[in-house]
Amino acid sequence: MDRVLLAVSTVCFLLGFAYSMYALGARMVRPARFNFIIMLFGFALQTGFLHLRGQTVGRCPLTNMFEILVFLSWSLVLLYFIVGPTYRLSLLGTFTSPLVFIILTFAQSLPSASLAPEYKPSAGFWPEMHAAVSLIAYGAFALACVAGVMYLIQERSLKQHRMNSFLFNLPPIADLAGALQRVLLAGFVLLTLGLVAGFQAGDLEAHRAAIIWSICVWLMYGVLLLLRFTHRFSSRHIAWMSVIAFTVALTTLWIIIFKH
Amino acid sequence: MQIVCLGLSHKTAPVEVRERFAVLESHLGVTALELKQLPHVEEAVVISTCNRVEFYAATHNPEGVLSSLEQMIGQKVGDASLGKGCFVPQSGETSIRHLFRVTSGLESMVLGETEILGQVKKAYQAALENGATSRHLNKLFQRAFNVAKEVRTNTNITKGPVSTGSAAVELAEKIFGRLEHCKIMILGAGETAEMTAKALLSRGAKAIFVSNRTYERAHALAEGMGGKAIHFDEWEKEFHDLDILIGSTGAPHAVVAHERLASMMVHRTDRPLFCIDLAVPRDFEPVINELEGVYLYDIDALQAIAEESIAVRRQELTHCERLIERHVEEFDKWLRTAPPNSFIKTAGGKVVAERVLPAR
Repeated sequence: MDRVLLAVSTVCFLLGFAYSMYALGARMVRPARFNFIIMLFGFALQTGFLHLRGQTVGRCPLTNMFEILVFLSWSLVLLYFIVGPTYRLSLLGTFTSPLVFIILTFAQSLPSASLAPEYKPSAGFWPEMHAAVSLIAYGAFALACVAGVMYLIQERSLKQHRMNSFLFNLPPIADLAGALQRVLLAGFVLLTLGLVAGFQAGDLEAHRAAIIWSICVWLMYGVLLLLRFTHRFSSRHIAWMSVIAFTVALTTLWIIIFKH
Repeated sequence: MQIVCLGLSHKTAPVEVRERFAVLESHLGVTALELKQLPHVEEAVVISTCNRVEFYAATHNPEGVLSSLEQMIGQKVGDASLGKGCFVPQSGETSIRHLFRVTSGLESMVLGETEILGQVKKAYQAALENGATSRHLNKLFQRAFNVAKEVRTNTNITKGPVSTGSAAVELAEKIFGRLEHCKIMILGAGETAEMTAKALLSRGAKAIFVSNRTYERAHALAEGMGGKAIHFDEWEKEFHDLDILIGSTGAPHAVVAHERLASMMVHRTDRPLFCIDLAVPRDFEPVINELEGVYLYDIDALQAIAEESIAVRRQELTHCERLIERHVEEFDKWLRTAPPNSFIKTAGGKVVAERVLPAR
């Protein structure tokens, strides 16, 4: 039953993305509205899946790579709902849905996806807290990456005098730069909390590699934000760096999980 | 009951004819009431804007009303031949469709403009307050306002800038978001620059500086816009505080050079600069567009954007027409079955009796 929910949810994100692209090309009015509704539906199904899976495994469903990726995509959509409508950036959904679709499809193609979920009682508050909060932080960095891509597209359109569909519908670069900074900051704060929770969880020696990698990612985003707040980095630099940093962070996440 | 419309517009009459038939805004209600006194006219509304003068009536005798309308209009201007060939008579579905198109901006000189809706609303309100309308025209005009709203919300007919000024405003909003904190400077004192600056000010842009080789000219222009005049050789002193720089000098060479601007941009970390070059020969070296945070648009680039928007609006016409057609059919159907007005008029235009309507 839970897998059915997830499959339908994946289709929702694909539909949302395909429709938005078509609507943007055709300069349709308010393409973001349909995308918003279908993402809301997809999010509800994702939540349903995580709830059912959580009951089966007896803890926050982060017991294998498949579950981790589903949780990551869920946190990405959650953050979109928090950030998107607030900052007049509902079109962010158009760019978020393909990323969510890719993550979900990849997750479902993994060997761990076909394994029957095992009952693994909770390892305690701190380890669960560490894993969940860190993943939501990665979700924020993913959203920053999406906003960065949008910024770069909009900036290029303005520079090259292309008053095309994208320029008509994309948010102002000032708004995108503001949102990017806020999402990066939120991600950094969450990652810090995740790290603190990780230290509280104990057993540092067993997860040494993971901790080192996590600290590296934390430092990378910390330096990025520092350069931003001291005005050494322009919005364009930040946009590029949020794309590069997320790619690096995702790779490290992969390595950490793979090693376990 | 049928709806008739007799009207002229920028498509059928030159301005010297239109101005003769124009009705003052303060006279719209009284003129509608005069129209209602004509034989067989049961309800009337008069619309008069700079691009059109139109007389709408609800009647059981369309042909008779159209000819008496023509006579009345001819008498009013004292020259019956003046409007010949300019006034277009319409009745039935055609006149309903015409009104819906007018309120939606499809008949306007600038396709999709929205000012017309307010003008039609005022004209209808004047007729209503003077007792010139009743059941049928009330319903028709209310429906027309709804159609206009639907067209505006569900199509792209009002979207995109259609002039260089509005293109500049739209681009500024794509760069800065809201313009409340934007500061503008005009180099030179060209008329197009003044219009562009005014368009930006109307969208919330704050301070304005005018710098011209002739200080007095700069002063006059700045005063008209509530801005500040500065000497031409001092404009760079204000640069750190600028967001939008408009060039419209008559200089034979570029006044903003790449090297100079690059050195000035170093001190403004992450504050974009929107350069609008309205001068020919151009005031900005084109290569400055490559500087980080600088967005340069010359007159041709702005014109191209406006033309693209116009083309997009034209493409939207079919979509709008389809939407309007549905409402025309619905309204026409209602009109055929709607009960008559509760008064009876003679051929001479006098109300002689209250009509007894069947209980509903």
